[in-house]
Amino acid sequence: MSDTHGHGHAHVEEETPAPKVRPIEPTEDSLDLPFEPMELKMGPSHPATHGTVRILLKLDGERIVNAEVEVGYLHRGFEKECESGLWYQAFPYTDRLNYVSPLINNVGYALACEKLLGIEAPERCQWLRVIASEVSRMSDHYTCLGACSLELGAFTAFLYAVEAREQLWDLHDALCGARVTTNYVRIGGLSMDVGRDFRELAKERLAAAGKLQQDLEDLLLSNPIFLDRMEGTGVLAKEKLVQLGVTGPLLRAAGVPYDVRRAQPYLVYDRIDFDVPIGEAGDNLDRFLVRIEELKQSRRMIEQCVDRMPEGPVDVDDPHVRLAGKGRVFERMEELIAQFKIVTEGPKPPVGEVYQAVEGGNGELGFYLVSDGTGRPVKCRPRSPSFSNTQALSPMIEGSMLADVIPTFDMINMIGGECDR
Amino acid sequence: MSDPTDATEPADALVQPASPVLRDLLARFAGHVLAVSEHRGDATAIVDRAALLEVCRHLRDDPACAFDMLLDVTAVDYLGRRPRFEVVYHLLSIDRNDRVRVKVPLEEDDPVIPSVVPVWAGADWLERETFDLYGVRFDGHPNLKRIYLYEEFEGHPLRKDYPKEKRQPLIGPGAVRRDPMNDDLTR
Repeated sequence: MSDTHGHGHAHVEEETPAPKVRPIEPTEDSLDLPFEPMELKMGPSHPATHGTVRILLKLDGERIVNAEVEVGYLHRGFEKECESGLWYQAFPYTDRLNYVSPLINNVGYALACEKLLGIEAPERCQWLRVIASEVSRMSDHYTCLGACSLELGAFTAFLYAVEAREQLWDLHDALCGARVTTNYVRIGGLSMDVGRDFRELAKERLAAAGKLQQDLEDLLLSNPIFLDRMEGTGVLAKEKLVQLGVTGPLLRAAGVPYDVRRAQPYLVYDRIDFDVPIGEAGDNLDRFLVRIEELKQSRRMIEQCVDRMPEGPVDVDDPHVRLAGKGRVFERMEELIAQFKIVTEGPKPPVGEVYQAVEGGNGELGFYLVSDGTGRPVKCRPRSPSFSNTQALSPMIEGSMLADVIPTFDMINMIGGECDR
Repeated sequence: MSDPTDATEPADALVQPASPVLRDLLARFAGHVLAVSEHRGDATAIVDRAALLEVCRHLRDDPACAFDMLLDVTAVDYLGRRPRFEVVYHLLSIDRNDRVRVKVPLEEDDPVIPSVVPVWAGADWLERETFDLYGVRFDGHPNLKRIYLYEEFEGHPLRKDYPKEKRQPLIGPGAVRRDPMNDDLTR
């Protein structure tokens, strides 16, 4: 618990309207005593909330009467930074939106820029981008499942999940040379192609991650304590979720089969075989199981991609968008000039605006871009799933027990970088 | 700035749009739909502020629209252009698998717009964010206060006339709290 003053998000409890205190139901053994709700401030740094968020709780015993969620502790001014740079200079910032699945953000931003420019990346690039997205989605889901088990007291299961994530980060490494802050995708291409041994490496790492995942499932899904904490907690009707703009595994666990990869296929998702798992009850257990199944589907997709990916270039052949390559720059005048222009000025999309969505680790990740025809964005706005999903935390936990905050918050999987932009 | 979707362009000057939603909006809210466009396939309608709530309710409730999800609310600052601001709504219909963008132009000296929280509950945080970063005030919002920045923060950093390197006054414990609802929005 922390004091109310200090900079940032202070004094909130004074502004909240009178709490919706429900009187305690009189039972035979209850005494008619005066009652005031207890205030409890969880966070912004709490050992059981991964992510910097503050929850102001009003409690009636252990029951939550009112919950107010405060975000913004990780606000770094993503949009302001992007507006002050060139279009292509935003990529490293996108890594740091959802830093658990940076490649999906890279891909989403590149697709939005390409839509604005009216170009399409070459075939091989599209397959590689699908691989990159699915590898990142897997690492995102493993982090979510691992952190959840840790925060519910299952430390061993956490180690299995993190070890599985390491396997995926080895693939990040093979794709772009970095494990976390990837900066891999470029407008109209990729920073580099993969080596010849990538197919074998991917299959080996996926098999290792799959084995670890099986251990994780065996440990958790037969554990009565884990199941008790997850089953029937954090439920919110699907109509409510839709109203609040909740997408991704949370929405699918409630039975709405909305997945951007299926609904509005981008890249080559329409040519790949995969299922969209949905839940029924919409509780935390369903959210967990949907992620478990999505991990299997992502693995299936990557295996198809590495087998079917064609040979060819990964960059568009357009000197206004992509660098010509150092070999030609050293030998030819035209390419030298093109390189100079593209580094100092960058691509210049025509006047207009676009919105491009991809399926992120936690739901629909969209980019809304506005161009005035210059090399700098007028507007570079990520529609981040974590922001809308975290908004649904209050209605999910109000009326339930204090202990249910932990699994519900875990399954929302709020990623500070993405939520706070 | 030459924007193809400039709000001054009359709607009837455009070719009939391909999107049935846009055609429906043009027919139903003639005079309030200032322009439509389909740049790169994104259906966009520029709507008069006075008709915003009516248009939003129609887009949500009409079975031919059924935009049940509000994905995003944000604003764009076209400094030097009139009207200076645009508030932008991105809508999704899950059942019809369709998207539409609604934009509302706002004048610099009157950045006030009705809140769409009564239509989509999810607008709550998104409108607070737009208020926080652009200083657009949402009329009828149940709890309009800053969401990312602290109450003592001066100005609205995503406005184009807010310098990126600007320093904020240091505040400490016990700083005098300002009422965000009576904040001078032009600051």
